[in-house]
Amino acid sequence: MKELLWLIVALPFAGSLILALFSRKLPRFACAIIGVGTVSMSAIITFLISIDFLYNNPTGIPYNQVLWQWMDVYGLSAKMAFTLDTVSLTFVFVITFVGALIHLYSAKFMWKDDGFARFFTFMNLFIGFMLILVLADNFLLLVLGWEGVGLCSYLLIGYWFKEPANGYAARKAFIVTRVGDTALVIGIFILFMTYHTLNIQAVLDSAPSTWVVGSGIATITAFLLLSGAIGKSAQLPLQTWLPDAMVAPSPVSALIHAATMVTAGVYLIARTHVLFDLAPIAQTSIAIIGAITLLVAGISALNQQDIKKILAYSTISQIGYMFLALGVGAWSAAIFHFMIHAFFKSLLFLGAGSVISVMHDEHNIFKMGGLWKKLPVIFWTFLIASCALAALPLVTAGFYSKDKILWLAFASDKGSVWLWLAGITGAFITALYTFRMVFVTFFGQIKAQPTQRIGIWMTIPLIVLAVLSFAGGFIELPDNMGHVVLFSNFINKTLPVTTIKELGHYTELIFQLIAAAVAVSGVVLAYKLYFGKKFPADEPQRDALQRFFYKGFDFDLLYDKVIVTPIVFISRINKNDFINQFYMGLGSFIQLLNKALSATQNGKVRWYATALVIGAIIILTIFYS
Amino acid sequence: MNIPMEQGILLAALLFCIGLTGLLVRRDAIFMLMSVEIMLNAAGVAFVVAGSARGQADGQVMFIFILTMAASEVSVGLALIIQLYKKFKSLDMDRASTMKG
Repeated sequence: MKELLWLIVALPFAGSLILALFSRKLPRFACAIIGVGTVSMSAIITFLISIDFLYNNPTGIPYNQVLWQWMDVYGLSAKMAFTLDTVSLTFVFVITFVGALIHLYSAKFMWKDDGFARFFTFMNLFIGFMLILVLADNFLLLVLGWEGVGLCSYLLIGYWFKEPANGYAARKAFIVTRVGDTALVIGIFILFMTYHTLNIQAVLDSAPSTWVVGSGIATITAFLLLSGAIGKSAQLPLQTWLPDAMVAPSPVSALIHAATMVTAGVYLIARTHVLFDLAPIAQTSIAIIGAITLLVAGISALNQQDIKKILAYSTISQIGYMFLALGVGAWSAAIFHFMIHAFFKSLLFLGAGSVISVMHDEHNIFKMGGLWKKLPVIFWTFLIASCALAALPLVTAGFYSKDKILWLAFASDKGSVWLWLAGITGAFITALYTFRMVFVTFFGQIKAQPTQRIGIWMTIPLIVLAVLSFAGGFIELPDNMGHVVLFSNFINKTLPVTTIKELGHYTELIFQLIAAAVAVSGVVLAYKLYFGKKFPADEPQRDALQRFFYKGFDFDLLYDKVIVTPIVFISRINKNDFINQFYMGLGSFIQLLNKALSATQNGKVRWYATALVIGAIIILTIFYS
Repeated sequence: MNIPMEQGILLAALLFCIGLTGLLVRRDAIFMLMSVEIMLNAAGVAFVVAGSARGQADGQVMFIFILTMAASEVSVGLALIIQLYKKFKSLDMDRASTMKG
């Protein structure tokens, strides 16, 4: 069964290729079948392989499948080979399963769109590249997947290309992540120069004996890899592209910018954890970046009016939690939160997409209201996902995953009380903005009537994801609540166990109670401020501070002033391009010579005769002197 | 009385230069032709002087050739000048510079 691993990756690429070549000849229904079917089959095969992996592989030995030799030149050897271990299996499960649900949803969502087949071409291509990324056995293949998902993200953000703003957003996403990608590739150069191999496992095995803990080169390499992860995962300072990427269709936002591509950074760091163990400064930076990002993004989310922008900032914030976990060495907690977050965030995006489409492309939550009776299924699934996001205690999967991160932010060997404080403040803000969104959108006065209904094919994915958002957490219960450690045992076959400080017996319980209280109080405050109140059509931008938060702490302005303006200024100075002037000057000189010499051809007989005489005199002088 | 050969050759050279200068300086086609005639005659004088310095008649034979050739050349030259005049409506040879550039 494990030999079918390559099929999981090949099927989406095949689907993409068929749709790219033959979509004009195929009816729309066939395109939908191909687009959804390939990813669904990948999901089924993943399911079968998981059963095989769980039962026949108790110690979690990685399974390698070599397909062919990609290149082998001057010692740079890269194979097309996949490595399946517990971490990559988790990612593959989320990618294919959540991906299949989103594909099913988008078959109905995009049905009336002109570029239906083009959409599924790009979506399948994206799934294929993402699978390559997580299954890659060597860094070159990982970078192939990395670049591929960046490309597909560009194609899908700018999917409705007739609107110029969408093209700008797509370019912005690509260029900002490019900054990170460059750092990643330089880091990989350093790794190759040191280890002369690109095989990930080989590098990680020989790293502790080659580099000293805290050495300069290890730190530099770790920071470069971290920069790559920051770009792709939209953390500070490269987070500016994600809110703008919300011009994409909602299924794209659900798949790429909630569940999969933005978690590629988390995967990278988890995969190369050995290098980060060798560079403690880099690992602490991950935690600090995560902590700051989650606060900045949370505050920005609190001031948004567009439902998708709220969810975008929320995604940045939640990935900040994952980075926080990675930074304190809570590897399995980070992966657990990734999985649960994929469930509830994609559900939120699909629900938001449904709301937007039945409200005739209205994005502003203050122009919606009173929808809970009109759209029951959307409301209840959205509510379950929101409870998971706010991490309401005990009944939601989000509680178990976020609580674990908060606990380990304090209790881990590399944790500190400041990181925990940042996390808990972030949890309060999360609950606040989440239920602000729910109360304003679904309750209160009806501002506009929804006139369409979403069909059964869009409802099924919502329900499935809602069940997962509720029940997905029960595979990992904290030590004092039943001590179910199915998931962390699974992940800890590949990644190290988190070392915890020696703390009192009831400390964990106290922290859990604080976390629960914070989440509930956030919901209560949102209720007091936003439930049943009348709002003007826009929440007014009261003062400069609120405008600052609305623009996401105005990083766009910062980058414009610090990077764009100097470059434009220097370009203006060099408008005539002094290097080019030299070559132009050569041309002008030749033209001058041409003018001079052509003056001697003036067609006059006397002139030519004079020339003859002068020439004769010169020759006579030379030959007879 | 014997005239030294050098003085004869000098006369021929001087005549040649006068003809050459006239050719280069004059603009009118007929004056150019006249200058060419002077140059031809100068060459003829040089031949005759050289022939008589050796006591042979070859120089004077050559001179007859030159004279004959000059006559035919003049007739052809005048015919060409008539054609040029028809084209350019003037005898100024500087006007006939359409092969410029």
